[in-house]
This record gives sequence, C-alpha cells and structure tokens, in this order.
Amino acid sequence: MRGRMGVLHLRINGDDVEVAAPSHWTLLEVLRYRLGLTGSKQGCDKGDCGACTVLLDGKPVLSCLTLACTVEGRAVTTIEGLLPAHVAGGGQGADPVQDAFDRCGALQCGFCQSGMMLSARALLDRNPNPSDEEVRAALAGNLCRCTGYTQIYQAVELAIAEATGKRPKPRSWESTEPRGSS
Amino acid sequence: MLRLPKFEVATPSSVGEAIALLAEAGPSALVVAGGTDLLPNLKHELATPELVVSLAGIRELVGIRVDAGGALAIGAMTTLAEVAASELVRTRAPALAQAASLVAGPQLRTMGTLGGNVLLDTRCQWINQSYFWRSALGFCLKKDGTKCHVVEGGKKCVAAASNDTAPALMTLGATLELEGATGRRSQPLDDFWVADGIYNKKLAHAELLTEVRVPPTAAGHRGAYGKLRERNSIDFPLLGVAVRLDVDAAERIQAVDIVVTALAAQPKRLARVAELLFGLPARGAEFERALEAVAATAAKQCNPLPHIPGDHEWRKAMVPVWVRRTLRAAAERGGPVHED
Repeated sequence: MRGRMGVLHLRINGDDVEVAAPSHWTLLEVLRYRLGLTGSKQGCDKGDCGACTVLLDGKPVLSCLTLACTVEGRAVTTIEGLLPAHVAGGGQGADPVQDAFDRCGALQCGFCQSGMMLSARALLDRNPNPSDEEVRAALAGNLCRCTGYTQIYQAVELAIAEATGKRPKPRSWESTEPRGSS
Repeated sequence: MLRLPKFEVATPSSVGEAIALLAEAGPSALVVAGGTDLLPNLKHELATPELVVSLAGIRELVGIRVDAGGALAIGAMTTLAEVAASELVRTRAPALAQAASLVAGPQLRTMGTLGGNVLLDTRCQWINQSYFWRSALGFCLKKDGTKCHVVEGGKKCVAAASNDTAPALMTLGATLELEGATGRRSQPLDDFWVADGIYNKKLAHAELLTEVRVPPTAAGHRGAYGKLRERNSIDFPLLGVAVRLDVDAAERIQAVDIVVTALAAQPKRLARVAELLFGLPARGAEFERALEAVAATAAKQCNPLPHIPGDHEWRKAMVPVWVRRTLRAAAERGGPVHED
C-alpha cells in the first residue's frame, strides 16, 4: 500500500473490518475515531502509559505507536472484545479478568483499566498460573495513577485463583463471591 | 493528544524493494521498524517526512540463527522480546539478552526491534519534547535551533546514546550487516559511531541494517548488563553498563571489556580495564580489590552531562556503583542488574 489514504482490512475482536483512514493514522486513532471503539484510551499518546494497549495476534502492544496500515490483516483485540469472546467460548458474563477487577475494586478513575485488563488477559492466556513476579512484570507497561496497584495485582491474583481452582488469599475488604451468587 | 504529521506510508515486502523506495524518495523518506522510537519523535515533529517506509512486512529480516561460521545472526526486525527470551542469545550472548530484557516496558519490547534499538536516535531532555515546548525555548542545536541548552556555548550536539543493546553488542564484538543501493557491507559496531548527537551513526540514507552478527563466544564467556533508570518498568537508561568477562578452565580472567552508555552521543568503552583484571581469579579477595580499582577508573573516565533526566552529579556518583555491580554479576553468571 502507498498513498495518503487507504482502505485497511483488519480483524477486530473477531470481526473482519474494512475501514478507510489516512496513512499517518495510528491504530488507536482508527479504533477510536473510525470504529467508535473508545475503550482503548488515548493517554500520553507517546508510549509511556499503556492506556492504549490492545492485543495484536494475542500480544499486548501500544496502539498509539502502531501505524494502522502496518497491521493490515492481523487480529486486534480491544477491551470491547473480551466479553463477547468469553461468551462465545461458553462462558457467562464478563471475562474472568474483568469480573475480578470489578470485585476487587481494582480501579478508581478507570482510565488505565482497559490496558491493564488486556495485559492481564494476555498473560493468563500465555501462562494460566503465573507467579506474583510474572504478574508484576506483565503489567509493568501499564501505569495507574490512582490505585497504587495493590488491588490491581489482587484482582489478577483472584482471576488466577479461580481459573486454577486455587483458593485466593482472603482480603478483609473484598467479596470473593462471584457476582450473582447468593 | 499528539497527532502525527501527515505522510504517506509504504509497506514493502523485501529489503530490495524498501531500499529502492528510500533511494527514489530521497531524504524526505524515513524508515520505521517497530515504531517505538520514530513515532514519538514524529509526534514531537523532530522530523516531518513525506514518506515512511515500514519494514514490518519483510519476513526475511526476522529470526535468530547460528550461521555456518558459528556466529549468532539476528535479523534486524527480530523483536526485543524475542531476543530477550531466546535460548540461543541467553547462552551465547548473555549481556545482549539482559540488555534487551531491560529496554522499556513489555509492550514496547513486543513492538521494538533489535535493529531499531541499535539505531535508536540520541536523546536529550531539551529535544524529546513537543514542538510547542521546544519552540518556547527557541529550539536547540539538534533540530531547528542554534543553541545548546546542555553545554553553554556548545557548538556540538551532546544528546545521549540511549540504546541498551548497543553497548552489550560492542562487548560481544558484533558486526552490523548493512545493505544499500550500492550493495552490502559489514560494519564493526565499534567503528559505527560518530561523536555527534545530531546523527551519531555511519549509516547512509537508503541503507538498511539487515542483520546483527555476534561472533562465537568462548566456553568461559560471561556477560551482564546493568541499567540505572528512573522507573524500572519503562524508562530509557540514565546509565547503562555492559560487561564481558571471559574466564579459562581455572576460572582466571582471560578477557574483559566494559562499555558504558547514556553518557554522551556514543557508547564509551572503558580504557585500562583489562590490565587491572587480566589473569586474576573471577572471585575472591583479589578480584574484589581489582573490582574497586576498575570502579575507580570508571568514575574518572565517565562524565555524564546534564542532558537526560536525573541529576548528572548523582549519575556520575552511580558510575562506580553500577560498574562494580555489573562486573560482579558477570563474574557470578548473574544479572541483569537493576533496582528492585
């Protein structure tokens, strides 16, 4: 492809998408301003904060530093795709990572959250039973300015515990009961 | 919100095609590999190309192999995450694997490439800023201005070489395989650099780095990389120390090399290190004494400038600390060295 404008063929959250965009647009701009997928956040917009994290062929990348036309034909997962993928796979409700973030109160303003959850999802897809250190390393590229990270790590720990059948460490302030259970 | 300036993008699928595109377009064309260095710089309008040639679709530039001569050959578009995780690299070139593992954060290592890191643009706190920020200061030597804000009256740009993998590759005696419109050449990395922060490398326009070659390492090869940075999760180096330490079967030091980066426009090889360590055992009291002597000479030879974040006097005080730690890590087959 060559030119100031082009038609891209992307696979976004399992759907084949054809979208026209200027060549100098980033993947983040295409997601937000062409496709209306505003769950990927425009934070620092220069690769520091991780708020724009999406999964490219299952790996977390920064969509603010990815030229959209260089990912032609590749599979992109945004935060909007987690729940449908979970349901399509036979699950109920939100993705377990999203559910755990909700139950652990792992957010305040929520701006970093979509990137955090996608980094966590990619880690658990690669390694269902990571160590605390691996969790921290996997989330190192996602900055949160509100929470101090503790509840974010606890949420990932809870998601791991439930997926592996381990008992999560009890926390005095949180409910480890799944949503909707009595 | 930081918008990219307008440009066209070409996505060639072979090295030859990419070189032809660059040669035809002239200096208004730039190359993008992983995009993690170029795109922020373009958003800051450090360059305003008419054409950006992406190497993302060139499969021949990806991969890690051992060539017929026993050298480790790493394609320029191999990602830093792949380099850091490669068993071949970890065993044959531990300093390189460690340096790659400490570049930026996880997403950036998944995107960023070895070639891109070796060719990383120099950095300075007066240049890596938005156009508006820079314009308020009347710009600087590196781009659009005539004044250096680091060295008063300075006529030569001193922006810092900030590529973690380059010093590690220098200790390993690496060679860059370059390909341009006039053919191919092998460029030893040691002689690749120029002491000019504006453009610190001997790489012509329309010349592409295709492969990095690391010659075979000895059985007793040891290496480590140490990196001082503001936040361990993401930042560029405030100081980077690469160490090579080869020992014989009796654990006596046969070769040693230390290269320090983030001081000036090019990585700096420490002098008089081999004579302090050659023939000594790689552990014990004698080694520890020599370690202090090496740390002391490193402190004398390294003079960080106030060009990147972090107080430069503190960075200077950290030179002997990080040289000592990284050398010890190499001797103990440990590393990478970083703050917790």
